[in-house]
Amino acid sequence: MDMPRYERIWMTVGMGSLALFLIILGVLSFGMGLHPPDSKEKTTVPENVDQHPPFDKPGVYKVGPNEYEVIMTSFVFSYEPREIRIPKGAKVHFKVTSKDVVHGIYVPNTNVNLMLVPGHVTEYTYTFDETGEHLFLCHEYCGTGHQLMQGRIIVYDPENTTS
Amino acid sequence: MEKANRGFGSELVPLSDFSFEEQDRKLILYHLGFAFLALFLGAIAGLFQTLQRAGLIQLPVQLGYYQILTAHGVLLALVFTTIFIIGFLYSGIAKTMDGRLIPAARVLAWIGYVLMVVGSIMATYAILVNEATVLYTFYAPLKASPTFYFGLVLLIVGSWISGAAMFTNYASWRKRNKGHETPLFAFMAVAIMILWIHASLFVAIEVILQLIPWSMGLVERVDVTLSRTLFWYFGHALVYFWLLPAYVYWYVNIPKIVGGKILSSSLPRLTFLLFILFSIPVGFHHQLNEPGIDSFWKYLQVVLTMMVVVPSLLTVFSIIGTFELAGREKGAKGIFGWLKKLPYRDARFFAPFVAMLIFIFGGAGGIVLASYQMNSTVHNTWFVTGHFHMTLASSVVLTFFGISIWLIPVLTKRKLTRFMNRLGIIQAIIWAIGMLLLSGTMHIVGLLGSPRRSSFSTYGDHEVALGWLPYYYVIAVGAVFLILAILLFVYQAFHLMFLAPKTDRVIEYPIGEVYEKAQRPPKILERWSVWIGLSILLSLLAYAAPIINMIQNSPPGSLPYEPW
Repeated sequence: MDMPRYERIWMTVGMGSLALFLIILGVLSFGMGLHPPDSKEKTTVPENVDQHPPFDKPGVYKVGPNEYEVIMTSFVFSYEPREIRIPKGAKVHFKVTSKDVVHGIYVPNTNVNLMLVPGHVTEYTYTFDETGEHLFLCHEYCGTGHQLMQGRIIVYDPENTTS
Repeated sequence: MEKANRGFGSELVPLSDFSFEEQDRKLILYHLGFAFLALFLGAIAGLFQTLQRAGLIQLPVQLGYYQILTAHGVLLALVFTTIFIIGFLYSGIAKTMDGRLIPAARVLAWIGYVLMVVGSIMATYAILVNEATVLYTFYAPLKASPTFYFGLVLLIVGSWISGAAMFTNYASWRKRNKGHETPLFAFMAVAIMILWIHASLFVAIEVILQLIPWSMGLVERVDVTLSRTLFWYFGHALVYFWLLPAYVYWYVNIPKIVGGKILSSSLPRLTFLLFILFSIPVGFHHQLNEPGIDSFWKYLQVVLTMMVVVPSLLTVFSIIGTFELAGREKGAKGIFGWLKKLPYRDARFFAPFVAMLIFIFGGAGGIVLASYQMNSTVHNTWFVTGHFHMTLASSVVLTFFGISIWLIPVLTKRKLTRFMNRLGIIQAIIWAIGMLLLSGTMHIVGLLGSPRRSSFSTYGDHEVALGWLPYYYVIAVGAVFLILAILLFVYQAFHLMFLAPKTDRVIEYPIGEVYEKAQRPPKILERWSVWIGLSILLSLLAYAAPIINMIQNSPPGSLPYEPW
């Protein structure tokens, strides 16, 4: 096929940078383990998840030095628990599912951006380094009250007793 | 084409003795007319959404935010695009293949049209009576009424029959013209419909086998992850179904308008074939942040997604090359002198030219979105909505405006007056300003964390959410520009359909000629079985294992919900 010299240069540079870019993504993913959530764990029938462990006792559990597990359910139009209190620098393992339709949980300005699909458990780990009251919200349309579905992650400074 | 009238600006716009046959004119005009009706209604919905989301107005309980958001998506992303595209493709096939459609193609085309229109009306009705507030992605286990799903099926099946009309016409022409090179336009139309039918087959499977029986209560539960996967098998190819007709115009029609040549007859064909291959096995990049799908398959589909960079770069080179050669032929000097020789005062060129400029940014945003880990920073935020308003609603729709302004008068045998041309340029400028305000701001506020598809909320007056509000006002201002542009467009379309002066010598249907030195395309490029086979093979590679895994390890299904 006829391809002028300049076009060959243009395509070589373009495809070369694309290859480099994809290699970087691949190294980040499989070399350093930076993946979006991909848990294959399943639940019982979604509408009954709150009758079976671990989702019968949603809450924040300490699992190590400054390491926490958050067991959470989502449903129209809220979460359980709705408030999570953790000290600064805490590593948090989220385990979240939905009791009805597809929901999401998103903490703006962080990489905590998870889809909650009924029947599956979404798992993700994130370290909260900034103190303050972080908003989390549902970012997948779930019905008329979707815009009200929210909660707070309160990251406090253990050194500072007043907070 | 021999005689020219004083056209737009300093340019001469050729007239032509060519006119479509009565039956083809009627067929294509009916497609355009219905598509514009959907465009108008969908745009009104869009205006009210942005005003509500900014907290500036309240919507009545009978017609809530999510309801009109569903209408906006269905009417614009599914109805307007599909029916306009099919109408435009008929026109180019008729023009480049004997100047007319064959009778068998016309019959199929009308059947397809009626099915698509009936389906669109059914789906819209279900939305308006609040039985289908599921948004245009209709994710289970949100459950719409069977009317909505049957409407979608009719729309899709209708589009398949329209595809069959094009294939029939193409096959007949090829039989009668053995050894001749297939016209580029017709080749591209066939490629687009192959892509469309392959992809939409899977959303049809989702709707017919999963959602309809479940919506009618015949089965109790639905497999949510599987339904989402089948949707996105279709969903990303859908965006190329929108984009490729704009590419057809850029590749085939615009060279004629700028007075240039199509640089190669082979590379544009190869470009479209690459889109058939790489627009389908990529849907997981819409599901990166959800459980139940292994990281390996997600990453593989990210790699395949990025392969569309190849045909996109080919397109950029080819179009700029055409512009440069055209400019130099008109005496342009220096490296960039040819830029001054382009017909900016011709709406047929101006609107799509703006579209091309905007598409550079739209495409770059798309690469950000598909970038695996980076997606976590913007997934389901307004960044995503900004992205497809910059690509579809800006680049593709501006191109469709540029097409409509000459295609309607060609079909109605009316004159494209200088006044209409000037109005077309003003309309394109207003649309571009509106879309840049709207989609640009959506990108920014999305980076700041504002979720997409959400009614007005300050999230308990949280400071982060309050910080989004000023951006919402800018987006609403953008929407006001857009509704002005739509009203102008509706006026133009109406004028060119019914009011403009009648003429026997209409403006030409621009079809570019291929550069004399270009080689004939190799035969392999038109051996469809090879390309369809490769497309199926790639899709099997990307999807077979994860879908089998999904079915074997499926979690308990979900009951239907109607939380509205």
